[in-house]
Amino acid sequence: MRLGAAFLCGGLFGSGLLVSGMTDTARVIGWLDIFGQWDPTLAFVLAGAILPMIVAWRAAGRRGTAVYGGSLTPPPLHDVDRGLVIGSLAFGLGWGLAGLCPGPSIAVLTFGGWNALLFLVAMLAGMVAAPVLRVRIDRLAAG
Amino acid sequence: MQADWIWGLAGGLMIGIAAAAYLLLNGRILGASGILGGLADGSEWRAGAGAAVENIAFLAGLVLVPGGLWYFLGRPETHLTSSPAILAAAGLLVGVGTRLANGCTSGHGVCGLSRLSFRGFVATVFYLVGGGVSVVLFRHLLGVS
Repeated sequence: MRLGAAFLCGGLFGSGLLVSGMTDTARVIGWLDIFGQWDPTLAFVLAGAILPMIVAWRAAGRRGTAVYGGSLTPPPLHDVDRGLVIGSLAFGLGWGLAGLCPGPSIAVLTFGGWNALLFLVAMLAGMVAAPVLRVRIDRLAAG
Repeated sequence: MQADWIWGLAGGLMIGIAAAAYLLLNGRILGASGILGGLADGSEWRAGAGAAVENIAFLAGLVLVPGGLWYFLGRPETHLTSSPAILAAAGLLVGVGTRLANGCTSGHGVCGLSRLSFRGFVATVFYLVGGGVSVVLFRHLLGVS
């Protein structure tokens, strides 16, 4: 059941990315292009996605446990640190360069061709390299 | 097209309902970079094979269901660049950045903002600023496309 639910959640997430235009890099870059032909569509996507989650966090607080088991206590809210700021800036630079963020880069695999696959491989390489880089950043800041 | 915002809102609601269901049914946060990155760097496997297999099931749905959808509705346009250098550089930046920040548009943006997480808010501001700077720098100043 857990696995079926995970599959369906992934499927609904991917379908939403497709329907909303998040898998179209021209639309994403249009949203980030505030000094050019600005495309406000992504504001509607974000608003639409946040609304059900506001309800879900409230329900999670009341229930305490998930339907298929496991704690629903929200993870603690950590402080803002160096990795969060540097990482988010780097992510934004890459997002604006190609127009794909992690979710859509996976959802486009069946129709994005070799270009999408190359982006995914590079993204995976970056994900594997990140823990090493995090240690470097902390050492630089400490020393 | 005038109908763009309706599709955006409809797709956004689907994303939000998927994130809500993943939280309430499985007790998990829908964060694409965390789900993929945890499998890639092995951290999710160390947390237990059950969690890792659940992530694989999620990713299978994320790839296959949109695949089935366009099979019936027509192939969607991605307008993705065909420059290997841009794809590699952008992919690396997105991969490193989302893991350093512990989240991306779905984890920090959708799941973080909706619970009024200050971390999620700061991350969202910085990746939006990074994205805006990127478009100005690469598209407008350097003419990359």
